[in-house]
Amino acid sequence: MANEAADSPSATSADHQARPGLPPGNLVVKCTNCKEILIAREWEKNLKVCSRCNYHFKLSAYERIELLVDPGSFVEMDTNIVSADPLNFVSRTKDEVQAYSKKLEDERKKVGLNEAVVIGHATIVEFPLALAIMDFRFIGGSMGSAAGEKITRAIELGIERRIPVLIASASGGARMQEGLYSLMQMAKTSVALAKLGEAKIPYFSLLTDPTTGGVTASFAMLGDVIFAEPGALVCFTGPRVIEQFMHVKPPEINSEFVLLHGMIDAVVHRRDLRQTLAQLLRLYSPRTLQEAYPQTNSQIQAAKRTGESDGLRPGI
Amino acid sequence: MAYDLEFEKPLAELEKKIIALQRKGDRLKPDEHRQLEEEERELHRRTEEIYKNLSSWETVQVARHKDRPYSADYIHLICEDFFELHGDRSFSDDHALIAGPAKLGNEHIMLICHQKGRDMKEKQFRNLGMPHPEGYRKAGRLMQQAEKFGFPIMCLIDTPGAFPGLADEERGQSEAIAANLYLMSHLRVPIIATVIGEGGSGGALAISIADRILMLEHSIYTVAMPEASASIMWRDKVYAPQAAEAMRISAKELKALDLIDELIPEPLGGAHHNYRLTADNLKAVLLKHLYELKPLPVDELLERRYEKYRSIGKFGILT
Repeated sequence: MANEAADSPSATSADHQARPGLPPGNLVVKCTNCKEILIAREWEKNLKVCSRCNYHFKLSAYERIELLVDPGSFVEMDTNIVSADPLNFVSRTKDEVQAYSKKLEDERKKVGLNEAVVIGHATIVEFPLALAIMDFRFIGGSMGSAAGEKITRAIELGIERRIPVLIASASGGARMQEGLYSLMQMAKTSVALAKLGEAKIPYFSLLTDPTTGGVTASFAMLGDVIFAEPGALVCFTGPRVIEQFMHVKPPEINSEFVLLHGMIDAVVHRRDLRQTLAQLLRLYSPRTLQEAYPQTNSQIQAAKRTGESDGLRPGI
Repeated sequence: MAYDLEFEKPLAELEKKIIALQRKGDRLKPDEHRQLEEEERELHRRTEEIYKNLSSWETVQVARHKDRPYSADYIHLICEDFFELHGDRSFSDDHALIAGPAKLGNEHIMLICHQKGRDMKEKQFRNLGMPHPEGYRKAGRLMQQAEKFGFPIMCLIDTPGAFPGLADEERGQSEAIAANLYLMSHLRVPIIATVIGEGGSGGALAISIADRILMLEHSIYTVAMPEASASIMWRDKVYAPQAAEAMRISAKELKALDLIDELIPEPLGGAHHNYRLTADNLKAVLLKHLYELKPLPVDELLERRYEKYRSIGKFGILT
């Protein structure tokens, strides 16, 4: 579970600027990877991808949702679920004494999110799906009880409505401050995914920079289809720990590395993500409409229209 | 010497005195005889006192004690007819994880256990009890076999964690762990997991999705070893004792949080003071839980297992 993504250098400099709503007057952005100076407006237009080295900057959960789903279709759920402090955890070092509950409060104010994951439902080219999108800014996207509960609820929404589930991971791993509770969230989310699998509902797992530790070793690697943004750190053990342990500098353990070793299905550029998801939703939809969306007629009609208008596959 | 941990120093001194007196044997004078008895009582009293109030960090040291019984010791003491099976059928055999069918009492079971090594050579052979992906895949293969033949699964957990190597990343450490979490959630036989020493991170979790989670009294179960947690949270391993305290990793604390089902008592001074007694306690508790689980209809067993994990976690609701 040990990983260092949460405090690696990549979590600083440009990621400050990756936050939504650039401070006024900030006209340029320095690429975290190649140090190229990029014009902020063009960089944003380029979906926060470096035009020189193709480095994919981290996105906030809401930026990613905007990127992926049909405009205005996202309905957020359970915004009021927050981390508690089940262990009354107090961080005591020689420099500071800080209660976890205080850290949570600070983090909520600083990031403007209640937890490290945003969940809800939306449509992509009118295909409904349940979403859980992680946000690295909130304590390194780490998974504690609240994040585990929200992800589980997104999975359960998929089961309840019989709609596919997408989880976009961005996480340093388990949240240490919740001790064994956080380890058990790996179990909880995986057990829920087994139920989803039993219901034969597809689950798509999107790995973004970074996907490490306990998140990788649970739901991130359990997708029916697993795909990653280019250059994302994807590992169980982070490179710094491997280096300490093996005394050799490891190669980059990223999306391309795990693709090469057969652990994921595809590496997809950010600009193609929405299209890829649309194609997957189409391909993995059950053959009969009733089976797919046993809800209202209008939804069935909407789904039918999409299938036809795309013109790529006959019906869905 | 039986007492060799830092916090056991006063016990070690007492023990030294006792041994010196015992050496005299028949030449013991009457007052020395009384002294010996007194010292023995004192040792017992002090040990009880110290072990009743072990800090989390002290528990870590007991859980890692070099003489603490490992899985193979327990198997030898509580099971009959253990036949070790090897290999994941795709890449290799992992010596940090031993598995195979055995008899516990009158029950046929499948054992899945971490195994540490005692001397340098065996430590290396067992890779310090840190499994590679093929270890989890071997476990997964044999758990499926257990389901096929209706053998209840018993896991003994004793690992600092999954092995943090580059080759492990190449061979899909994450996938191997995740696949077991998924698999164990719906295996149609009872599963009982017992932490006997160190229960470390994903390496431990990968064979411990179970209907019952038990822990020996002086074992630990944690999201990451205190050293690793300290370096993640505070970038410095020297804070490991603080991390151990703050994360509440001892069996006693986890029982109080209701994260585990039962704590199995150890003999005074820890399991390494009396293998036989610890093993007997372990066997009795394992059989008790097995007899509770066995009569359950499979669907109910699975529903309860699902509920058990579904309900783990403490969060708040903002109003």
